[in-house]
Amino acid sequence: MAVERKGGLRPGMLSRLGMAPQPMSRESVEKKPRIRDADKAVPSVCPYCAVGCSQLVYVKDRRIIDIEGNPESPINEGTLCPKGASTYQYLVNPNRLTTVRYRAPLSDHWEDRPLDWAMDRIARLIKETRDASFVERTPDGKLVNQTTAMATLGGATMDIEENYLIKKLFSGGLGVVSIENQARI
Amino acid sequence: MGSNMAENHPVGFRWPMKAKERGATLIHVDPRFSRTSAVADLYVPIRPGSDIAFLGGLINYVLTHDKWFKEYVLAYTNASALVSDDYVDAEDNGGLFSGYDPKSSSYDNASWAYAGPAQEAKEDASAHSGHGMEGTSPAKHGPARDETLQHPRSVFQILKRHYARYTPEMVERVCSTPPSLFLQVAEVLTRNSGRERTSAICYAVGWTQQSYGAQIIRAAGILQLLLGNIGRPGGGIMALRGHASIQGSTDVPTLFDLLPGYLPHPAAFKGDDTLERYMRESAVRGGYWSNLPKFMVSLLKAWYGDAATSENEFGYQWIPKLTGDHSHVSTSAAMADGKVKGFVVFGQNPANGSPHSGLQRRALTQLDWMVAIDLYETETAAFWYAAPEGWRPADIKTEVFLLPTAGPPEKEGTFTNTQRLLQFHDKAVDPPGDARSDLWYVYHLGRRLKDLYRGSTNPRDQGLLNLTWDYLPERPDPEWRIKDEPSDEKVLMEVNGYTVAERKQVPDFEQLKADGSTACGVWIYSGVFPGPGKNMARRRSRTPDNDVEPEWGFAWPGNRRILYNRASADPAGRPWSERKKYVWWDAAAGKWTGKDIPDFPVKKAPATPAKQRGSGIDLHSGSDPFTLKADGRGWLFAPSGLKDGPLPTHYEPLESPVLNALYERQDSPVAKRFSRKDNAISPPGDPRYPYIVTTYRVTEQYTSGVMSRWNGWLSELMPEMFAEISPELAAEKGIANLDWITVSTPRNQIECKALVTRRIRPFPHNGKLIHEVGLPYHWGYKGLVKGAMANDLIALSEEPNVYIQEDKALTCNIRKGRLR
Repeated sequence: MAVERKGGLRPGMLSRLGMAPQPMSRESVEKKPRIRDADKAVPSVCPYCAVGCSQLVYVKDRRIIDIEGNPESPINEGTLCPKGASTYQYLVNPNRLTTVRYRAPLSDHWEDRPLDWAMDRIARLIKETRDASFVERTPDGKLVNQTTAMATLGGATMDIEENYLIKKLFSGGLGVVSIENQARI
Repeated sequence: MGSNMAENHPVGFRWPMKAKERGATLIHVDPRFSRTSAVADLYVPIRPGSDIAFLGGLINYVLTHDKWFKEYVLAYTNASALVSDDYVDAEDNGGLFSGYDPKSSSYDNASWAYAGPAQEAKEDASAHSGHGMEGTSPAKHGPARDETLQHPRSVFQILKRHYARYTPEMVERVCSTPPSLFLQVAEVLTRNSGRERTSAICYAVGWTQQSYGAQIIRAAGILQLLLGNIGRPGGGIMALRGHASIQGSTDVPTLFDLLPGYLPHPAAFKGDDTLERYMRESAVRGGYWSNLPKFMVSLLKAWYGDAATSENEFGYQWIPKLTGDHSHVSTSAAMADGKVKGFVVFGQNPANGSPHSGLQRRALTQLDWMVAIDLYETETAAFWYAAPEGWRPADIKTEVFLLPTAGPPEKEGTFTNTQRLLQFHDKAVDPPGDARSDLWYVYHLGRRLKDLYRGSTNPRDQGLLNLTWDYLPERPDPEWRIKDEPSDEKVLMEVNGYTVAERKQVPDFEQLKADGSTACGVWIYSGVFPGPGKNMARRRSRTPDNDVEPEWGFAWPGNRRILYNRASADPAGRPWSERKKYVWWDAAAGKWTGKDIPDFPVKKAPATPAKQRGSGIDLHSGSDPFTLKADGRGWLFAPSGLKDGPLPTHYEPLESPVLNALYERQDSPVAKRFSRKDNAISPPGDPRYPYIVTTYRVTEQYTSGVMSRWNGWLSELMPEMFAEISPELAAEKGIANLDWITVSTPRNQIECKALVTRRIRPFPHNGKLIHEVGLPYHWGYKGLVKGAMANDLIALSEEPNVYIQEDKALTCNIRKGRLR
């Protein structure tokens, strides 16, 4: 006999399954899992440690409503640790940044700035710093095509595709040598 | 050892626990009694910084009790190789190996080479550095051997002599480990290794964050090779890495001394003036690294496209050449001295998470500009108004940008986990507001910079202008609000590699060429995207009849789940035992087969003799499993590739309460100490700083706290900074549980609550007790819960091979009461 999944537990259901009837509060009867009405469950990977637990991200109306362990994964078989189980709050959180914050030199406060403005300004600063510091040859004549006046740091919590483009742009494109991340620490 | 797996990798730790349920013995050797110790069969205390003495003791036990796996060791390791007559061991030289130059604090490793006529070892790889670089060493592929292992200059006899003094009594003296417990470990480990059984060793940053971290791991490697525990199911040495894709950011990498796939980054001081010289210096005649030119040229083709031609060395000169140590710690020191003007920080928090974080914060005040990209406001982004130093913002010139970024379910992308497993995560929702993926930021910065430089004829700008940068999707996905998001899979397809003429995805790295006809971003990842729509990292299929689940994700290289798995069969290609059957030679079919992709040429028969001419793995026989090594063997003795000695040797940490009981030499002769006024390091036995201090994580917080202290649930679970001390030390100092205490080193001092606990147990040493102070390092001055930063106390220092600081064993003092 198949258990009707929609609508949670109902009185009489257990006795129909041949189990002893249990007294049930109204609250228990009406309770249903957060994820019951999700539009979809999107496969993801836990953002914390390197074990690589699979997660399912439950989405309703284009919003994340919960994140749980993926029972299909041979690594975590649906389980998560306290950090992994709190991934929902890592993403859905009023303290998250949603605008570009800018602090001018010597200023004592943050201000919001448009994303495009910030990107243009950062690109110009990178160019200025690079042009002012670029070394083509060492004093003994060796071709080095580098700058040590700029550095990047990160990211071990980021995708490999992102790391690949950081190395490609800053090393292969701009000549920055100090490109580092948490793996060094 | 060197890991508190139950605390820091809780879900991974389910598997050792399942093994324990099935009868496995779980041993925890650690300076603290932790959650892992609590469920282990055996908890074995060890003084911080003494791991090599402990492992050396085990090596000595295995050799003197004749417990080594003879067939495995003879066939698969370099035990029989003869070492140069010029080699002098640390045992005969006060703790220094031959070739040491005290002026430069460095070794010339020529005398560590295998014996024989001057060979390719002339092309010395000692200048190569960084993760995995031992693989590129040009050690001679076919050394003179003594298969009886009796020759006094054989690796086996050198090993025996080197560890002869590492007795259980010496282990007790150095590590404060009771001999009975040490012997129990030795007995369990040796009983559980051999044909029928295997043992695994897990470690984490408890090993790597020491001034001889690479040598600790080497010591484990020697032990596991002697016991036949490498390349076999249930064996190995497992690095438990701490971040979702820290393995990926090492492989790809965002590290200064490497190019993708562990190719050494070209350096002026190595004489890498031309592509030809670079490839000649870096490639090795014997072993798989002989293919390095194919991987390097394919990388240059991936980066510079049609502009990379054989006439211009495929654009080799556009890649900057290293001129020294550009590591994070060295760069921080340079930044503090005002030599760095601009800094881009992706999801990292040096103002709190890096060693000597007070110096790190001061370094940020010296910048002209800084970009921090994160989901939350970090200590690094807020240094100019919120640092404990109390600076006036009006005195700080740094222009600061804090850009909001996306979390994993808000973008597509791939993580590489601690088992080399690539797993793709799908996009579930758009990121909020102006938040964008890091891929978006890097892509659009690159696009803007190309615009700014457009038309330049300056040779220095041609690398950027020629950089292939075509990552926008053919048409944006109508489901998402952000229309100019680059296509993550386009990047992954470039990582995999393709043929230049037909733009066809290559199936694996075997197809890469050195003539410019193939392009490949990361050769070790080749095979992850072998055709359009074939994203192997996105596979989520179970294989119930195969424990290694070959259809879940993609493990590099070539989906091999256990590296060097040729060693799971005997020299003749038969499984060592039915119980440990994994990969074997199928004579009828004429190929290797088994539960995994053979990590060996699939049709190379076990009896194949080594060729004497040519290059590559043809110079190995059919029974040489370690294909990346020049000689195809596992290295008990490292004739090249390491900067601090061919054999792991016990030194004391840079700061230690005791003198080295084994050698005249106190500490690593080649670790970098950053002797500067703001980085004082206490001398051995300094009475002002009598206690050992060690740092660690807890389950409920994460690194410097950016990903956990803005989270209400986690902040409630673990709200406050503390220092763990023993009841003995508490009594000595009149400190009660939850009293405020101040912890100090010559670098800085911090205040926090005392947690008086039996988990911390003083180490008996020479009739006295050495006390230990344990500090988690998750708190800072932003977030929902705040607290003192343990990294304020740490010194700048560098292990010589991989440039990692020492923060697992330093010295400190404590007093009752608050800072002021």
